[in-house]
Parts: sequence; C-alpha cells; structure tokens
Amino acid sequence: MRQGKYPFVIGFLALPVLLYSVFVIAPYVQAFQLAMTNWRGVGAPEWVGFDNFQRLFEDEAFWKAVQHHGILLLALPLITIAIALYFAFMLNVGGGSRSGQRVGVRGSGFYRVVFFFPQVLAVAIIAVLFQMVYRPNESGLINGVLMKLGLDPVFFLIRPNLALWSIIGVLVWQAVGFYVVLFSAGMASIPTEIYEAAEMDGASRVTLFFRVTLPLLWDTLQVAWVYLGIAAFDCFAIVAVLSVDSGGPDGATTVLAVEIYRNAFTYSRFGYASAMGVALFFLTLTFAALTLRVSKRESVEY
Amino acid sequence: MTTKTDRPATGSGTGKPTAGGRNGRDRQVKSEVRLFSSLGHVALVVWAVIVIVPILWTFLASFKNTTEIFSSPWTLPAELRWENWSRAWTQARVGKFFINSVIVVTCGVAGTMLLGSMAAYVLARYKFVGNRFVYYLFVSGLAFPVFLALVPLFFVVDNLGLLNTHTGLVLVYIAYSLPFTVFFLAAFFKTLPTSVAEAGMIDGCSHTRLFFQVMLPMAKPGLISVGIFNIIGQWSQYQLPLVLLSNAEDKWVLTQGIADISTNAGYEADWSGLFAALTMAILPMILVYAIFQRQIQGGLTAGALK
Repeated sequence: MRQGKYPFVIGFLALPVLLYSVFVIAPYVQAFQLAMTNWRGVGAPEWVGFDNFQRLFEDEAFWKAVQHHGILLLALPLITIAIALYFAFMLNVGGGSRSGQRVGVRGSGFYRVVFFFPQVLAVAIIAVLFQMVYRPNESGLINGVLMKLGLDPVFFLIRPNLALWSIIGVLVWQAVGFYVVLFSAGMASIPTEIYEAAEMDGASRVTLFFRVTLPLLWDTLQVAWVYLGIAAFDCFAIVAVLSVDSGGPDGATTVLAVEIYRNAFTYSRFGYASAMGVALFFLTLTFAALTLRVSKRESVEY
Repeated sequence: MTTKTDRPATGSGTGKPTAGGRNGRDRQVKSEVRLFSSLGHVALVVWAVIVIVPILWTFLASFKNTTEIFSSPWTLPAELRWENWSRAWTQARVGKFFINSVIVVTCGVAGTMLLGSMAAYVLARYKFVGNRFVYYLFVSGLAFPVFLALVPLFFVVDNLGLLNTHTGLVLVYIAYSLPFTVFFLAAFFKTLPTSVAEAGMIDGCSHTRLFFQVMLPMAKPGLISVGIFNIIGQWSQYQLPLVLLSNAEDKWVLTQGIADISTNAGYEADWSGLFAALTMAILPMILVYAIFQRQIQGGLTAGALK
C-alpha cells in the first residue's frame, strides 16, 4: 500500500505546519528584525541597527530586571529543589523498610496530593490570592494574625528589599509539590537492594541520602534545574499581578517579561521591546547551555 | 486517596521499626530514625498547612462581610452569605469569564490534540523528504521564550483580523502548544508496535483510517498525559489573552478577568466579592484535581521527564 503516501503526509502536516509557521516561527523571525528598528506601531519601521541594544545597556530598568533574573535563577531552584528533595526523601524512603520494601512516612499519599495542588492553579490566580495573603493591614492573612498578636505588620510587597523575596516565596510555594512528585518518581526507580546493602554496611539516613539517593537522581535533578531556570526567566503573571505597580515598588521586582510588556503595550516602543526580547532569548539560551555543560557528568548505571 | 486518619501524630516520635532493639547499633539506628522521622513529620505538616491555609481562608472569607474580614480574619463567617457569590458571578462577570475560559480551552486543547497527534504520527512513522527538518522546526519551539515573539505576534494576529477574538486566541494557543505535543507524541508513536499497523494495511485500511481507528486508540495513554499538560497550560495562560484580547472585555478569560478585578477594583473595597470571585476560580480546579489527581500528577511528571 505504497500509493497515496505523499498526499496523506502532506494532508496531515499542512495545517499544523501552517499554524505553527504563522503564529510561532514568523513572529520569532520578525522579532529579530524589529529589534533593529525604532518602530512605534505606525508607518514603516526605520532601520536603526544596534541602537536599541546600546540604549538597552544604558537602561537602568533593564539591568535591574537582569539582576532580578540572576537572583531568581539562584534562589528559586536552590530553595525549591532543597525542600522538594527533603520531602520526597521523607515520603519515599524516610519511613524505613517494611518487609523488605522501603516505605515513606505515614500519610505519604496525603502529603503528595496536598503539596501538588498549587501546581494546577493558574499563576495569575495564585498572584491574586497572595495579594490577599500579603496585604499590609489587618485584612491580610499574615498581617491580620500578626496584628492580633500585637506585632507590627510586615510590608511584604511594599518594602523594596522584601518585595522580591515575597514573590520568590510564592513561586516556591507553587513549585515544591510538583518537584516532590517528580523526585518521588525518580526515587521509586532506585532498586531497594542498593539501600539494603548500604544499610547493612551501617550507613545512616544522612549518608543514604547524600551517597545513594542524590547521585542516582542526578538526571532528574538536572531536568528540575532547567525547568526552574526557565520559570525564573518567565515569571510575568506573578510579577505583573502581585507586585505593586507591576514590578514595583520602584522597579524592585521587575523582570524582563514585564519590561517588554510595558515598553510594547504601554509606551508603544515596539522596536525597543523586541530588542529586550532578543536579549531575553540569548540569556535563556546561555543559561540552558551553561546548565547542561556544568551538570554534565557520568550518569550512574544501575 | 488518603484520609485524615493518616495524619501523623507530630512530635510523638512514631519511628517505624517495631521490633525491639537487640543490640547497641540497632538502638542507635532506631533513635536516629525516630528523630529524623519526627522532624520530618513536623516539616511535612507545616508545609501542608502553608499550602492549605491560604485557600481555606479565601473560601471562608468569601462568605464574610467587610466588617468580619477586617475584624476577625481567623473566625468562621457568621452566616453563609451566598449573595457575595452571586454578586461576583454576575456583577463582576466571573460567570462570563469562566464560560469564556471553558470555550477557549476546549477548542484550544481539542485542536492541539488533533493537529499535534496528526503531525507527530506522520513525523514518527513515515519516511519522506524533509521529515527531520519539519520535526526539528517544531521541537526548536520548545527552546524559545514566548516573550521574544510577543510584539510581532500581536501584529500578526492583528493583520489577520483576529485581534480581540476567541478564534485568534485559540489558534495561537494551538500553535504554541504544538512543539511540546509533537515532541512528546512523536516519541510515543515510535514506541507503538508496527505489526498492528501492517496488519491493518494488508486488510486494505487507508492511511487515514489506520490513524484514526488503530493508532490513536493505541496511543491513548500518551494522549491523556499530553492532554492534561495542555489543559492545565492553556487554562492557566495569562500573558497571551492579556495581549490578544485587551480591548474586548466581554471576551476575557478567567485568569485575566480575576486579575483585572483585583488590580482595578481592589481599592473599591468589595472585599467579600473579590474573595468570592477568587474562590470560584479556585474551587473547580480543586474538584477536578481531587477526582483526577493520579492522572494529573502522572501526566505532568511524564511530560517533564520525556
């Protein structure tokens, strides 16, 4: 039945490729062109070469955003992975062994379900939720309690040096459950005999964790780090909705996505916004390449 | 699902091994286990509380009036004020936004699954000129941040006359969901046995029929995983509707609508209405998650590890 292969192949590919080319490929290509113009939405785009990039390097808001990505890039994966690893270890191995089978602590199933839950909520909805939680007066969840206890309220989103960390807190709150489940899947595939052998040799829990679990989980950890890194580059919804004045106070929480949105759709600086997009593209690419490079090592066979 | 009775007794040291320690080492291991276990239990309970409390608090506040919200953040509402809910549903148009989201995500995911599985199938199982090129074209989309393309995308959609329409948003959702869908499903179709397909061919089955009646049913587990991934992704989408539906308030999706209520109307102090709106956005997700949690967890992690 060889006849009719090409019409079939073309028939099946035509629509997906068309949609993808029009809405994904073409805009990406255009972004690089637009970045070289000073287009403001009307008339023909005027070619300005690398002017936008030069301006970018002198733009304080841009550097602030890049700096915040740096902080996010370190803090978000480190905190999330540390917490998630600890919980995953508790839930899968922490309960000792029962009739030769390694088990988690009691209630593992319950925790796995509850922790994962924030993952299915939309980030924009979570941002609105935490706006309520962080409110600076007695109507906020945290400050309501603090003030009832006679303490001073904490201005989570208003104090510049606290605002970014408040946002990181929300991102961690959302992400931990997913990585607990991800690491659990990784841990489940580690053979029990390895643990038994190690325990026979008198290894403690801590040793088990660092010498057995961690090395055997390396591939999963790498995936987690890349995913969280990408999340650190793309936290538009949470910053746009949760922070004061989308990225405030005074730029203390701004990220590139927010600056791109602001420049394009508030100030109509489409060329300049595209230049920021291109910068973001190269930053993401550099991050991915570096991560894969740094974390490259012999994977342990078992 | 585990019930409340499984909740550990915190701090009481419920270390597992039950047999009495026979020698020193055993006892040492046991106490170590106990300490580790109880510390871990405390941490687990604390995190569970941190996850549950904000959501529970929002739910309770949706029945309170403004005085109660300010004066007693931790008490139960004096009565169930459903009028908060109806006010949010109609006046704040949460109902409208909700239905819009359902329409857009239904069409978006259906389109993504159909087109994505068609492309993935052809790319995975047919040899033809340009196969690899098209495949890498799709997969390369995984590496790019959406924000790079945001500005030109706006004008592409505008030029097609699709700005501020659900059709435009649906098509964009499909296009941006294709890279992962094709990547994941192509790998899946490759693993399916060729013998069944060959048998179908010998029986005179056409390529199209073979796909819809034989291959798609066989690929069901993969379709479910990637389907869940797409539903959650498209339902949670905020930046694309914000850009593509900005001037059509009656077309807004839920995330956009709720975010707008909170940023713009937040100071007008319809606190209970805002809490009710928020609850309405959260509650359906809790219900769906509670019912399908196994599939959702499996689907999302399978998606991540592929």
